[in-house]
Amino acid sequence: MPAARDYSLTGRDAGHALELGLANAKWYKSSISRGELKVLMQRTDGPAIRDTVIWVLSFLVFGGLAAWLFPSWWSLPLFLIYGVLYGSSSDSRWHECGHGTAFKTFWMNDAIYHVACFMIMREPTIWRWSHTRHHTDTVIVGRDPEIAVMRPAYLLKIAGMFFAVPQTWAAIKKVLLHVTGRLEADEATFVPEMERGKVFLIARVWLAIHLAVIALGLYTGSWLPVLLIGPLPTMYGAWLHVVWGLTQHAGLAEDVLDHRLNTRTVYMDPINRFLYWNMNYHIEHHMFPMVPYHALPALHAALKADTPAPYPGIIAAYREIIPALLRQARDPAYHVIRTLPANLTPAAAD
Amino acid sequence: MTTWTDACNAADIEAEDVLRFDKDGRTFALYRSPDNTYFATDGLCTHESIHLADGLVMGNIIECPMHNGRFDYRTGEAKGAPVCVNLKTYPVKVEGGRVLVDLG
Repeated sequence: MPAARDYSLTGRDAGHALELGLANAKWYKSSISRGELKVLMQRTDGPAIRDTVIWVLSFLVFGGLAAWLFPSWWSLPLFLIYGVLYGSSSDSRWHECGHGTAFKTFWMNDAIYHVACFMIMREPTIWRWSHTRHHTDTVIVGRDPEIAVMRPAYLLKIAGMFFAVPQTWAAIKKVLLHVTGRLEADEATFVPEMERGKVFLIARVWLAIHLAVIALGLYTGSWLPVLLIGPLPTMYGAWLHVVWGLTQHAGLAEDVLDHRLNTRTVYMDPINRFLYWNMNYHIEHHMFPMVPYHALPALHAALKADTPAPYPGIIAAYREIIPALLRQARDPAYHVIRTLPANLTPAAAD
Repeated sequence: MTTWTDACNAADIEAEDVLRFDKDGRTFALYRSPDNTYFATDGLCTHESIHLADGLVMGNIIECPMHNGRFDYRTGEAKGAPVCVNLKTYPVKVEGGRVLVDLG
């Protein structure tokens, strides 16, 4: 069995990535005219304002009804819906607003970004920079801080991810570290010096909010505050964003410079696409990250001839992902090889 | 001393758009603002050396096509993370329908 890869950003594989020219490298891009891409990149506030109004109203309706019915068991299904809004739909809002593409008006991107970051417990400055690196070095071992499934695949950890157990544990540890004015070694590789003050400030604000919510629960003698705000809804509502998120890269090639080989595009129904803000068009998003979510279906149509066949649905994607991860649990070298159009061989596959 | 370099036809750049211009192994970005004023900057984003000419011009802002880094192309000012270093700018004039740049 080959030696396990070193996924840290300061370890052996980080050096290998640099030596092999995989860091900050030139990636394959499908051909699209400047004129067409310029149209697709255009910003507008309309779709995101509409979606955000629906999103906020959904929080108020389901959260309000859950709180009203609590502690009756009738509140349970409402909490489950509220949890998905809180712990899963926040993922796409974090993502799109972090790219600055959801809204044309920049402060709107920033406002929703900070709210969504809090919900999904991703510190805004750290994750803005980690996601920048994820786009520069997508699934390059030793460079990408956002590889969800490392090899060998630890199935228990993956199962825990559906309830945000490893993510929340890591987030709490990091917030407590940042409160003291320190970064982890990996974080120091991608967060510039001038941005670090923001990390420490926001960690302190977050800690104060979480402590205030706990204090409110203790004062009122109710679980309600911590069921509505904080790590609990992040965890009990996480499962759907993990269902979506694993379709992005899990089981596919590492260390390739072609998003068609390490990323999936999966067709989804309108409800999932609303909650996920069209991130199911993930190959297209990685090739042209400045195209807003509402234009991704059109970008998908424009690139379709040059990208692998999209998966017809989430279940179809998992028919590939589950066996791949089971095999990667015992064979870290294994990965799915995507078939490129025109019978091209994925020559860059590892 | 000012040395003007002929870069392109003024009409080659659409209003509120950007065009790549390479000269002597260097790369530049030429801009035409919404009010039809022309500007020039270094062609690569100061964050990760991505060609800005592939990005989107919005008013007086050029956005890097990779990571959303934004600059005011009139002054080169970096507008926030992930860009932390300003862009170098170059004087531009239009004469006889041609865009001329002083590349320094």
